[in-house]
Amino acid sequence: MKRSHRVLPGFGLSLGITLLYLSILVLIPLSLLFWNAGGGGWEHFKSAAFSPRALASYKITFGASFVAATINLFAGMLIAWVLVRYRFPGRSFMDALVDLPFALPTAVGGIALTTAYAPNGFIGRQFAPDGIIGRHFGPEGLKLAYTPIGIVIALTFISLPFVVRTVQPVLGGLDAQLEEAASSLGANRFQTFRRVIFPYIWPALLTGWTLGFARALGEYGSVVFIAGNQPLKTEIVPLLIITRLEEYDYPGATALAVVMLTASFSLLLAINTLSRWTNRRASA
Amino acid sequence: MKTLVVTSPVPVSPTQSQATTRDAKRAATRATSEPRLLQWFLIALAVGTMGLILVVPLFVVFSEAFSKGLELYKASIVNAEAMSAIKLTLLVAFVAVPINTVFGVAAAWAITRFQFKGKGALITLIDLPFAVSPVISGLIFVLMFGRRGIFGPFLQAHDWKIIFALPGIILATLFVTFPFVARQLIAFMESQGAEEEEAAVTLGANGFQTFWRITLPNIKWALLTGIILCNARAMGEFGAVSVVSGHVRGQTNTIPLQVEILYNEYQYTASFAVASLLTFLGLITLGIKTALEWKTARQLKEGQT
Repeated sequence: MKRSHRVLPGFGLSLGITLLYLSILVLIPLSLLFWNAGGGGWEHFKSAAFSPRALASYKITFGASFVAATINLFAGMLIAWVLVRYRFPGRSFMDALVDLPFALPTAVGGIALTTAYAPNGFIGRQFAPDGIIGRHFGPEGLKLAYTPIGIVIALTFISLPFVVRTVQPVLGGLDAQLEEAASSLGANRFQTFRRVIFPYIWPALLTGWTLGFARALGEYGSVVFIAGNQPLKTEIVPLLIITRLEEYDYPGATALAVVMLTASFSLLLAINTLSRWTNRRASA
Repeated sequence: MKTLVVTSPVPVSPTQSQATTRDAKRAATRATSEPRLLQWFLIALAVGTMGLILVVPLFVVFSEAFSKGLELYKASIVNAEAMSAIKLTLLVAFVAVPINTVFGVAAAWAITRFQFKGKGALITLIDLPFAVSPVISGLIFVLMFGRRGIFGPFLQAHDWKIIFALPGIILATLFVTFPFVARQLIAFMESQGAEEEEAAVTLGANGFQTFWRITLPNIKWALLTGIILCNARAMGEFGAVSVVSGHVRGQTNTIPLQVEILYNEYQYTASFAVASLLTFLGLITLGIKTALEWKTARQLKEGQT
């Protein structure tokens, strides 16, 4: 049923405030960014946005974000499943703790992870040449912090909540009768999961993955400490942007930002399409 | 007509019928759940995963912060530099959170109470800061107000400072935190509907009365959730603020930036001591948020029945 809500007052005022505020804070600054990027000409943009150092940083940023989001696809699915389906002591505490990466400032997460995973940290030590795990990796051991693995660790930490929080409501809304029907038709538990539950939740899984991936692409605070920040090896794009800014190379920083924003906006579009799909399932 | 009466050939004893219902129940559980052992295995795996990813950093913060004793912990926080960082962070939150609260209420009112073209685009625009890297959020303000920015020469001519000063920090914080209140309220007010407000207006209440007497009491818990989330982010924001602050000690350093500086100077204990303040803030925020979510969920359920 469609009906007009114009009975209520305040439409002009509230929409006016919203649009004015968003224009000043978001629209104008962002369009100036794109305008700035176009100002130096295409050649200039190309040399800044696609220099070998920039290309290496895209590779490490997109690659590490992809791996982290995929790790969280499995970890998040597991956590969401356990939280929705099982009852056990400490469940609500665990549920609340999932949001920790949202509540803990990224810099704090960054220094804490670095301390734990550095070669002398209490986890990193196990991966050192004489550590329990590290001795199986040859004379060098396995270095976690200050390598791409460290970047993946930090990105996994900050993007964990997304899959959990998108899958949880969809899984909770799944009609138990579907599973009963599958079972009475002779499916075992694994078949029910593969043929009934998984097809139902996978749009939510994909939405969560995309959200986590998008978040990881732009992440700065938790990564800079653990990354090692070597150009061409462990330098992420946000850090390269800051380096360019500190050199007062505004066009260089802008070019990188435009590439990253284009990626982010495409992902945002994908997320909106996906979540419309997910919501339809949750309400169906 | 013949009625069909199903009777069991032998009288069913009470224990037998109990046994069959128990069997049926067990069969239903088997159909929609996993064996106990597998359940406990999955629970253990999930708890282990969360422990490794989430609890490790939490544990490190506190064990490092208190590793050299309570005296050094106190000294790390009660000193001029840390105190000025705390004051600056409180000031920034004190300015940014109320502004974004007003914006959030206005945006939610417009979006959930009226139909208009471009609503979807507006909601996407409100979500935008979540998709933009914090570093880029800071960068856009440097490009406008920085020394070589668009308004740079104008600002320098008037000796006004935005970047590497308080206004820049506030602007960047406003940008990264404006979705929180709006998002929380849009979701809540959408599910609640406008019937009560429409009734109030029909009965002769003016807009202000309607908002103050009907809307605000209804949305207060959702609003509070949005505010504390906005506040936590405002106090903890690192990337965006780091770009615009200039890291001037004792002047433009917020708490997260102070944590970074101390860490980079190998003053680990002091760095983690200051970081523990933000960790407490994060944990308290999580606790309040969880409690408020229970409240709003109950409120929505009551409203539906």
